[in-house]
Amino acid sequence: MGTALLSMSGISKQFPGVKALEGVDFRLYQGEIHALMGENGAGKSTLIKVLTGVYDIDEGEIALDGRPVRFAGPQQATEAGISTVYQEVNLCTNLSVAENIFIGREPTKFGRIQWGVMRRRATDLLQRLELDLDVTAQLSTYSLAVQQLVAIARAIDVDAKILVLDEPTSSLDAGEVAQLFRIMRQLKAQGIAIVFVSHFLDQIYEICDRMTILRNGRLVGEHLVADISQLQLVSLMIGKELALLERLEDAGKRSFDAAPAVAQAHDLGRSGAVEPFNLTIHQGEVVGLAGLLGSGRTELARLFFGADKADTGHLEIDGKPVTMHGPRAAMNHDIAYCSENRKTEGLVEELSVRENIILALQAARGWTRPLPRRRQDELVQKYIDALNINPKDPELPVRNLSGGNQQKVLLARWLITEPRLLILDEPTRGIDIGAKAEIQRLVVELSDGGMAVLFISAELEEVLRLSHRIGVLRDRRLVTQLENTDAVDLDRLTETIASGT
Amino acid sequence: MAAIIKHRLFWPAVILVVLLVTNVFFSGSFFKVEFRDGHLYGSVIDILRASAPLGLVALGMTLVIATGGIDLSVGAVVAIAGALACLRISGLDDQNSVTGVLLAVGLALLLSLALGVWNGFLVATVGIQPIIATLILMVAGRGLAQLITDGQIITINSSPYKMIGAGYWLGLPLCVIIAVGVAVVAGLIVRRSALGLLLESVGGNAEASRLAGIKSRWLILIVYVFAGLCAGIAGLMISSNVSSADGNNAGLLIELDAILAVVIGGTSLAGGRFSIAGTILGAVIIKTLDITIYTVGIPPEVTLLFKAVVVVVLCLAQAPKFREKFQRRRPSAPATQAPQQKVEVTA
Amino acid sequence: MSTTFESLQKRVIRRPQQRHIPVLATLALLCVMYGAGVVRYTGFSDTQIVLNVFIDNGFLLVVGVGMTFVILTGGIDLSVGAVVALTTMIFASLVRAGWSPIAVLPVVLLVGALIGLAMGSIIHFFDIQPFIATLAGMFLARGLCYVISTEAIRIDNALWTSLADYKIRFGGFHISWSVVIALVVVLVGAYVLAYTRLGRNIYAIGGNQQSALLMGLPVGRTKIAVYTISGVCSALGGVLLTFYTSSGYGLHALGMELDAIAAVVIGGTVLTGGSGFLFGTVLGVLVLGLIQTIITFEGTLSSWWTKIVIGALLFAFIVLQRAVARRTS
Repeated sequence: MGTALLSMSGISKQFPGVKALEGVDFRLYQGEIHALMGENGAGKSTLIKVLTGVYDIDEGEIALDGRPVRFAGPQQATEAGISTVYQEVNLCTNLSVAENIFIGREPTKFGRIQWGVMRRRATDLLQRLELDLDVTAQLSTYSLAVQQLVAIARAIDVDAKILVLDEPTSSLDAGEVAQLFRIMRQLKAQGIAIVFVSHFLDQIYEICDRMTILRNGRLVGEHLVADISQLQLVSLMIGKELALLERLEDAGKRSFDAAPAVAQAHDLGRSGAVEPFNLTIHQGEVVGLAGLLGSGRTELARLFFGADKADTGHLEIDGKPVTMHGPRAAMNHDIAYCSENRKTEGLVEELSVRENIILALQAARGWTRPLPRRRQDELVQKYIDALNINPKDPELPVRNLSGGNQQKVLLARWLITEPRLLILDEPTRGIDIGAKAEIQRLVVELSDGGMAVLFISAELEEVLRLSHRIGVLRDRRLVTQLENTDAVDLDRLTETIASGT
Repeated sequence: MAAIIKHRLFWPAVILVVLLVTNVFFSGSFFKVEFRDGHLYGSVIDILRASAPLGLVALGMTLVIATGGIDLSVGAVVAIAGALACLRISGLDDQNSVTGVLLAVGLALLLSLALGVWNGFLVATVGIQPIIATLILMVAGRGLAQLITDGQIITINSSPYKMIGAGYWLGLPLCVIIAVGVAVVAGLIVRRSALGLLLESVGGNAEASRLAGIKSRWLILIVYVFAGLCAGIAGLMISSNVSSADGNNAGLLIELDAILAVVIGGTSLAGGRFSIAGTILGAVIIKTLDITIYTVGIPPEVTLLFKAVVVVVLCLAQAPKFREKFQRRRPSAPATQAPQQKVEVTA
Repeated sequence: MSTTFESLQKRVIRRPQQRHIPVLATLALLCVMYGAGVVRYTGFSDTQIVLNVFIDNGFLLVVGVGMTFVILTGGIDLSVGAVVALTTMIFASLVRAGWSPIAVLPVVLLVGALIGLAMGSIIHFFDIQPFIATLAGMFLARGLCYVISTEAIRIDNALWTSLADYKIRFGGFHISWSVVIALVVVLVGAYVLAYTRLGRNIYAIGGNQQSALLMGLPVGRTKIAVYTISGVCSALGGVLLTFYTSSGYGLHALGMELDAIAAVVIGGTVLTGGSGFLFGTVLGVLVLGLIQTIITFEGTLSSWWTKIVIGALLFAFIVLQRAVARRTS
């Protein structure tokens, strides 16, 4: 393959209290798509941020085209030909589409920006990606997925030698992923090296040539994708044979027709979010929601919790119609909601683990009736032990915990309110596989104990494994509900999502 | 030792000590407190007296800032409260009538509460960004104060009213007792109930708090009303101390000093964790600074200059980014800071 | 044929974009205020009245331009009034010391730039909130005024007085040099915002600073630049104020930061940054000026009504912005 386009050797990076990278080597060749694999906390993001100049390194060497380089910031990295698209769309939604593609390197003449040239070039570029957008429109008028593609358009317009795609697919639907892959192959053919990060193993196997695997800040392997099986890969990533892969015993096949209904939605809907739907969740039942991102999964769940107001239909709890004025009303009916977005909608990062855990219970009691400290400590300790939250110090600020443990803190917050209906929106997204298995097991236990669970996940296997019944959403509509019997498998479910029947 | 240095009030306390020591250096009798005519006298008492109104305003500001807000209108409220009280008292047949004064005071505080409700309404119900919402009253409030006083300076001669700002009780300045009383009561309410936690939660992450079932609307309303009330009391103290009301100049720039006191006290302007003790310490530091400038013999013209330097030094001392650069040279104990925090850029 | 016409129509008579609504509202308000003035007061319709508003508020306009730059990045500059005062002070004292006003000019602009540069650097390098950093700048600048002198200093300079009093006449009307300078500053500012990378970076930072950083934009440089620009604008505003007051004084321009912020907000710029136009600030300054003119014409109204009306207008415009933002999202 010749000499590496990029070679990083012996990279170490230390943060206060954490050794994020320790002697990591990473090589990238021209025209390859290279997967960077690892659990959360393995050092992937740190390595990417070193590569893109966001972090400086403590030790090690970086060579680009055989010449040693050191970036003082993202700008220098971009100038050296390294472009990055991050998981969260990092664009300015208050600017136009064209500007978002070109800002920082707008076509100028004597320092004056040539708006006409810029608009034309933006249109051309997007047409090459088969995107038909009004380039003068404000970016905020487009969906997140489109914004992501605009970010990619921006990244490839630079004369990039290296394109870093950090979980770009997490907000794209299947069609958009296919479109992205087409573009990636096109770029690969042009000799661009692509670093690709994704949690979806299938995507890795579909598009990547080689992979580098990290664990706990160390390099554990560099392989050709064709040479390594999924099972081997997962073992390398978590360093132990995978608990997750042993299938949880099939909890389905139980009939819930006789069980009392906890919540029933009658023509519940919200314009622009999800069309009116009917859905019943019984005691002890896990109802999974499957559908592509943007199909209305989260929106549906939020209506159950009153996080958004429904504008049609109504909700019945225990057979009695109720109006959901907001989260607090839902909580009074023993409904709990773990939101999809831990950081922005879940945790208060500055507060301690203890304070985060008691927050919902305390909110329900009101500020005049504080939970006695002794009771707080008991409850918190109980759930730290039960959910195996690490580190075990309840007074640690929650921001110091890893993603998986943060998710458990969020779960604990709702479990201590002893809900009868627990809504879990992507509880396993972006967390390591060990924690994922633990959370899956917990869902099974809770439903066995009689709790009703509404479970949302982008991973169909997970939905299939855990749910008794699966609601399929498509284009903001609940198209069908499937009993999770032996007849339902991954192919069937995928087909339903794709066809809507 | 490391734990003490790490404490959020360590650096403010050091600064206060340095200021006090500087004073002793220039005026040997600085710490001398005399007991005369049943009153305590001395520089330290002067500092406390001067700190009382600022401390009160800053106290209200602390809770507002904890929710991620800010209240720019407190200076205007100070002026309005003083103006209304003095206007009512000047209209009394007998300015020394205790009931009359109490009524005037009550009315002024009621108006302060109402102004707090207005701010709280704009922020919590209409959903306007706090700095903007309170800017409205900051601008219009000065006009209202002048409207009340009809553009004049109202001078009164009322001994019961004079008590509030200049009186003594049990040998101690009444204003200090009031300020400490309000601070203690507020501290107890905030920390013994769950109010403090909920405020910090709302300030730390408003959307997450909403989804956790916290009805932030009432909490936010409460803190702005409390800030209005504190500013009102402070306004009474200030106008009582000089027995007059000046709609234009009373409480001028006190909002900035108050915000400064809060920041010195270690509460982040971004909201979240707050410290009432820190704020009071901050207010005392600011007033000690004023007195220090006087005792050291720095010409009063330079006061502002000096203050600017202190603001910069204090803020830099508390800025994580500055500390980081400073500490990097020494192998320090592992800080409890997540790696990803470093790339985050405060807006 | 019809499609071409329709597309043409769509192009020309496009419905106003959301982000233009606040500015259009300000324009409408200005027209209504002016119309009401013309109907109500005799002599109000004289075009010179409008020109006088410009003459009386030239310095505010210049300061407002700097403030708009700062606010567009999502920052705030509380030091502008103090820098204006400091400028008048340095100007007056140096002229008294025998300097030529022309020689003093670059000195004061440099001082303004340096203060802005210092504040911007503190904000960027140490992550200090703009509110606090510029508050320190305000203390510093006012403090320096009193170090120079606690008294007002008259500017006695023939050249300066003639420049200040010079009337540029046309068609029976007149404006002053300060108006010309202010308008030039506005035009240059508008050009920078719309047609240079610096300008677009300012909008980008105001929209999402984190993104701007990751897109490789020079965030730090831009932020330092806007505070420097604001410092220069304040200094220039101070120079224009000396035209108006012929003196330097530490108490000049007290609370001017509020007027500047009010003008920017009434002009439709969002205080959180990323959205707004310099043209709006011009309208905002005109609105403030027109309020004063109307109150003068009314005669029986006291000056404090100005503040109350400005407060009410701020309220109206903020609520309007809020409504627009709701509809967009």
